[in-house]
Amino acid sequence: MIKVRDSVTCRLGAVIVVAAWLIGNGLIAFAQTKNSCLDCHSNLPEPLGVSVETYGQNIHAQKGLTCAACHGGDASSDDPEKAMSRAAGWKGKIERKQIPELCASCHADAERMKKYNPSLRVDQFQQYKTSVHGMKWAKGDNKVAVCTDCHGVHDLRAPSDPRSKVHPINIATTCSRCHADAEYMKPYGIKTDQFANYEQSVHHDAMVVRGDLSAPTCTTCHGNHGATPPGVANVTNVCSNCHVFQAQLFQTSPHKDAFAAMGFPGCVTCHSNHAIKAPTDEMIGAGPKAVCMNCHTAGDAGSMQAEAMHAQLTNLASAIAASDELLSRAERQGMEVSQPKLQQTQARDALLKARVAVHAFRDSGLKQDTDAGLATTKLTYVAGQKAMQEWRFRRVGLGLSLVLIALTLVGLGFYIRRLEQK
Amino acid sequence: MAGPVASVRAWFDERFPLDDLKALAQKKKVPVHHYSYWYFLGGMTLFLFGVQVLTGALLLLYYRPGADEAFESVQFIMTQVQFGWLIRSVHSWSANLLVFMAFAHLFSVLFLRSYRKPRELTWVSGILLLFLMLGFGFSGYLLPWNTLSYFATKVGTEIPAQIPIIGRPVLLFLRGGEDITGSTLTRLYGFHVAILPALATVLIGLHLALIQWFGMSVPPGVEAKWRATPEDRKEIRFFPNFVLRELMAWYVALGLLGALAALFPWGLGVKADPFASAPAGIKPEWYFLFMFQTLKLIPAKVLGMDGEMLGILAFGVVGAVALLLPFLDREKPFKTRRWITGLACVFLGYMAVMTVDGWVAK
Repeated sequence: MIKVRDSVTCRLGAVIVVAAWLIGNGLIAFAQTKNSCLDCHSNLPEPLGVSVETYGQNIHAQKGLTCAACHGGDASSDDPEKAMSRAAGWKGKIERKQIPELCASCHADAERMKKYNPSLRVDQFQQYKTSVHGMKWAKGDNKVAVCTDCHGVHDLRAPSDPRSKVHPINIATTCSRCHADAEYMKPYGIKTDQFANYEQSVHHDAMVVRGDLSAPTCTTCHGNHGATPPGVANVTNVCSNCHVFQAQLFQTSPHKDAFAAMGFPGCVTCHSNHAIKAPTDEMIGAGPKAVCMNCHTAGDAGSMQAEAMHAQLTNLASAIAASDELLSRAERQGMEVSQPKLQQTQARDALLKARVAVHAFRDSGLKQDTDAGLATTKLTYVAGQKAMQEWRFRRVGLGLSLVLIALTLVGLGFYIRRLEQK
Repeated sequence: MAGPVASVRAWFDERFPLDDLKALAQKKKVPVHHYSYWYFLGGMTLFLFGVQVLTGALLLLYYRPGADEAFESVQFIMTQVQFGWLIRSVHSWSANLLVFMAFAHLFSVLFLRSYRKPRELTWVSGILLLFLMLGFGFSGYLLPWNTLSYFATKVGTEIPAQIPIIGRPVLLFLRGGEDITGSTLTRLYGFHVAILPALATVLIGLHLALIQWFGMSVPPGVEAKWRATPEDRKEIRFFPNFVLRELMAWYVALGLLGALAALFPWGLGVKADPFASAPAGIKPEWYFLFMFQTLKLIPAKVLGMDGEMLGILAFGVVGAVALLLPFLDREKPFKTRRWITGLACVFLGYMAVMTVDGWVAK
């Protein structure tokens, strides 16, 4: 009997201990995440006010951090005196010049950061210090960008959030807030038309209009935390991250050494930097829109090569257009031309390859591709002609058949009349 | 002395009732009145069915059922086979004209009240033939295995799945599995070229035999008038007088089919890709459009019942009423039951409006 009672007492004791442990942990967790600052500051006007909604969307708040993580103090206390006491480490408003180091106090601490996101880099502050922004900040320039200028403050979201200021789709706009402001940028003596130019570029079109997040934006070429203007030597490297074949061909081209000798940056020399438009075949050659003529003169060896390349590209483009037109006409007449239309994609691929091959700047480099494309268009054009011939044959056949049917009908009519007159 | 032709004929006469059949054909008379031209519709439907059999048999020479081959084989027929484009286009156009003509024939018979005693079975066999023609249309639609036909069949086979209890087994039976696959294609191909033609042959034989046996029906009004003044009664011989006129109509249909095939060859579309998303505004063939549009417009819930199921049930009731129409028309002897004509008019108008609405709807 005593044994039974002991057993029950033991079990009851174990239950109480587990319950106490669970409640204790819950209270500790509550104390850790309690953020009494919002009790008052959510009701205050700007700049002291932070709404509960805004703060709730902050990545730091979502990770369980309170206002005290940056501003110091005791966010678990409901007493404003205690919560904002210097004794509790309360710092109040963070000075702008202190921001990079404050952010780095966590974000450069690998041990601390891996608790939140083990894959997050912790070298942002080191990179920042090498950037133009960081170097000027180190010299006491209080106007240059610090962490919060790009990432936001109380509405700071993860970069993967499309509403974040540093989400790829928003980066150019975020940079433009300073770099497109002529008055703000005046002391630095740099242009402020980058964003306006970028907005007209093929890259902006890909990013914003087509929603291709892999398309380049400011940070793709300039870096983000280590933001720096690409110099003459490394522009080709930046572009070649995506445009691999063009870069490889450029390295083998006569332009590589010539550009280096003249101090020209690689790709940018012909394609511009921020206002990179979709390239056209008119860019090469000796025509009025040809960029070749910026350096070459009419009749020199370079312009002759450029004209030869232009001719090869436009010949193939014209042949493709002619076949397209003929096949579309045949298709509109109801002819089945899906096979030659499919073949046309081979010709288009050949043209695409030839346009890439231009970057070797030798007309012989294009010949293989343009010849293959022209051979395909020859076949598709013949297929289109045959389809149109067949269409004409059908019309003639139909006409003759209808005449025969009409004659038969007339004959039958006469025969019936004769039959019924008897 | 008898010639070789007479000898052969005599040989046949002893073994086959050729003269009896000839006598039967010549005995039959076709009444001549204001509505006589409606008599041509049945023959026209028969002619178009013959065109389907002939062109279908020719297509079979090259068509290969199977998800990997069907589209390519139709493409081959359209581009490489001599006059393949003509055969396929005529088959497709003729299929559409056939369904149109079958509906026109049905409504002409209905409005002229030709289903009356003793022609009830002729009507029933005709309605069953119409259902078979719709079955031909549905099963044949998937055979080119293009995007449109693939997704239309997908939507079409989902509709009977709404019926309680038997819905899912019906879907699995039609598809040969959960999804539209090569199994669905070979299955519908089997229906299209074997099962449905076999049933159609039996029913057409029965339908024609009944028409031949009972002769052409005369509309009640004309019949009453002829009874009052028998001298007004006019008739022509079925053979050759009516048959020759019918032949003229067939020639016109042949010309129309040739013109449609040459001027508007039936398109091939894009090969079906089961992994692609359905193109926007997918629609069935025009003759299913009024039902499809009705099911689209019907609310999700009607009086607590599933709207789609209610729609299917309603069309089932319409089909059953159509099949049993002669047995519902009990007024004697020839007094027109106006409500049948009225309902038929309403239904015809409904079909037309919903078809047009479905056609223009995006």
